[in-house]
Amino acid sequence: MRVLMLGWEFPPHISGGLGTACYGMTQALSKKGAEIIFVLPRISADGQNNFLRLESASGTQVSEAVNKRVMMARQDIWQDNVRFITVDSPIFPYVTPETYSDVLHWISNSTHITHSSIIQNGETFTYHLHGGYGPDLLNEVWQFSSLVAAIALRESYDVIHVHDWMTYPAGMLAKILTGKPLVLHIHATEYDRSGENINHHIAGIERAGFMAADVIVAVSELTRKTVVNNYGVAPDKVKVVYNAVARQEAARYYMIPQRIRHEKRVLFLGRVTFQKGPEYFMEAARLVLDRIPNARFIMAGSGDMLPQLIRRAGQLRIGRRFHFSGFLRGEEVDRAFAISDLYVMPSVSEPFGITPLEAMLYDVPVLLSRQSGVSEVLRHALKADFWDTRDMADKICAVLRYPRLSEEMVKNCKEEMRSIRWENAADQLLSIYHNVSGGH
Amino acid sequence: MPAICLCYEVHEPYNLRRYTVFDMGHNSLYEDDDRNCDTLLYNARACYLPTNDLFLKLIKRHKKEFRFAVSISGTALDQFEQYAPEVIDSFKALAATGCVEFMGETSAHSLAFLYSKNEFNHQVKTHSARIKTLFGKKPITFRHAEFIYNNDLAWALKDNGYKAVLSEGADHVLGWRSPNYLYHSLGLSDMRLFLRNTSLSCDLDLNFSNQNWDSWPLTSEKYATWCHALSNSADIINIFNDYHVIGLRHPKESGIFEFMEALPAAILAHKDFHFLTPGEIIKKIPAKGEIDVPGFISWADEERDLTAWLGNDMQKDAIHALYNLADRVRTIAAPDLLHDFERLQASDHFHYMSTKWFSEHLTDRPNPFGSPYDAYITFMNVLADFEMRLAASERAVKPKKSLPKASSTNKQTISSSRVKTGKKTNPQVK
Repeated sequence: MRVLMLGWEFPPHISGGLGTACYGMTQALSKKGAEIIFVLPRISADGQNNFLRLESASGTQVSEAVNKRVMMARQDIWQDNVRFITVDSPIFPYVTPETYSDVLHWISNSTHITHSSIIQNGETFTYHLHGGYGPDLLNEVWQFSSLVAAIALRESYDVIHVHDWMTYPAGMLAKILTGKPLVLHIHATEYDRSGENINHHIAGIERAGFMAADVIVAVSELTRKTVVNNYGVAPDKVKVVYNAVARQEAARYYMIPQRIRHEKRVLFLGRVTFQKGPEYFMEAARLVLDRIPNARFIMAGSGDMLPQLIRRAGQLRIGRRFHFSGFLRGEEVDRAFAISDLYVMPSVSEPFGITPLEAMLYDVPVLLSRQSGVSEVLRHALKADFWDTRDMADKICAVLRYPRLSEEMVKNCKEEMRSIRWENAADQLLSIYHNVSGGH
Repeated sequence: MPAICLCYEVHEPYNLRRYTVFDMGHNSLYEDDDRNCDTLLYNARACYLPTNDLFLKLIKRHKKEFRFAVSISGTALDQFEQYAPEVIDSFKALAATGCVEFMGETSAHSLAFLYSKNEFNHQVKTHSARIKTLFGKKPITFRHAEFIYNNDLAWALKDNGYKAVLSEGADHVLGWRSPNYLYHSLGLSDMRLFLRNTSLSCDLDLNFSNQNWDSWPLTSEKYATWCHALSNSADIINIFNDYHVIGLRHPKESGIFEFMEALPAAILAHKDFHFLTPGEIIKKIPAKGEIDVPGFISWADEERDLTAWLGNDMQKDAIHALYNLADRVRTIAAPDLLHDFERLQASDHFHYMSTKWFSEHLTDRPNPFGSPYDAYITFMNVLADFEMRLAASERAVKPKKSLPKASSTNKQTISSSRVKTGKKTNPQVK
């Protein structure tokens, strides 16, 4: 089975869970014998891997003949769906009212990056892409699809598998040009990223992708429901394949420093943005500190809500017990997990949410919001509705007070983790590939 | 002349509400009254009332040849009295026929026997007296909550005046022997032991409405044939079930009522077969031998042991913490504390904390919290509040001069007295 996979992130080019998930998934797939060509907007020299072929879209030569076919195909795709006009737009994922004006300013001061990146070379041309999630993201998505079309026509494979909306236009184009089946993998929808104030441009791309796909893979029942309810996709078309964790053992053992051993620590780790629910964590912390004054709360991560939360901590007079560590990377993340007594993920909307699984590697019990996909697979976790801060606080108090509780959870979680493996997800994906490609 | 011995468990628990750390010390209303009431009314309509009507009709139709035994827990009686007194009346009507034996158990449907003999004896005596008042006869057959049994229980029951006890026909206890004979307890020739015929009981318990079961659909004729096949190899056939089986676990649409209605006629079609209650059997049928049960057995799960209630550390922690308070509660003897203390002993609370993979809760007895961890958190929060009330009563009874009276320093005195007395009253917990 040969797979043309399109993604926007892949370690080390990573800014969130998407890259981590793609890595675990492709590693398991290749172990099971799938040959994968993974196309990213751009890759650097150190990005090569021994289990798959990484291709950089950036710099791929597009010939005039290919470009003509691309233009034709595009017309077919978009005339009935959405019109795609490239503009310098301040709208891109994770923009908030606070940062919007900064972005506008940034755009008005910058020259037209998008146009300068076209490089014409006689009969052929190419684009140079930046990758990541810059302000010219929509334009890059557009250019990416042209470059992928050239790769798609050049390579041979059985299935096209694409991850999240940035790659949907490319996937649709490749499907039209080659007639290969399209598997569309949803790690998050626009509704998860932006709540009800969605970017209709992006939602339009998503909807077009969902209609064009042969099979849609959602990372949880929760996401499946979003797709069915908000995009009007036929329920039968959407399959659930849960994410997993690649590592099964903690990287190393960390000692808890002598001076803080008598205290208990509760950790929040993630982007400090609306959809991760950091303010609910802080409200719960306030309630807990009324009952257990020597508990400590750590908020690791950065994001647009950070300044307002730091102010809020001051307002609540809990600053001496509520700490902001900023963005953590690599070993710092492991250490943060290792010294915590409880990991809390109070997300408002979380299609899957891989961090609780990482916390569990360090024998840390977890409290999850019921509005997360991962809570569907974890039986041995505490769960609360993200808005119910009293319930959340009650459960935090219980973990800090009743040692048998966390012991029992950790013990059972270890058992449970054995079944949450990428190998299982890969099996499901392979059978999906076989079904759509007619058993090649 | 094999006798069919039908015995039913009637139990309804008082489930706790989501009692949080914020309720502790502020209010002591532990139970989810609305939900408990709704559940009971539903169960009364779906199971108790129609089933009792049916059984009464069957007793009349078969001229008192249809007979069975029930054991009703104290918490079920409380709930019937509180929410649906007509259920008590329907059981009284059954009692008046003389064809239904009312068995004894602990008033709280508790596991007190494992942790506090005083508590156990107290609960057995009160419940026994209550059954006599309600249904006219002092019970002589005992059914422990969840059919738990071991050798020691037989001795404790003898002291309480019981003549027979029911339990599970667990393979590891029976060995090569058959559950279809009457036995007696180890070293006690006058304590008869009835062991459940697991396969015939489970056919009604779990399989009846399972459409993947190879014997589905089960008719009363088919079931009677299985019983009749034992005519030469059985004195008694012990079919012990939860009352919920009729109308709740298997809803009306499954045909369970039609099955039960036709069952007596189908069984009695064979002239050698008849129905008898345990109390009648011990007078007519001799015991075939002695059964040694050194470890506890129950009717739960595949293992037939205690792990459904005491399988993990949360369950043990909760039950140890509870019974650590037993002596103190009985010493203070305040009615409200005694009442709550008994309610907290119901085995259901510990079952909800079970994390066993195969210990899935039946649809008619769901875990109100959905998660064993939430069940444990709630129970421990309730217990913490209960202990605060207990400590407050103790201070009120024995005011000590050395203790400051000001309420602002109460916290400290609660915790210090808890530590002291907690350690003293430990010995019963192993």
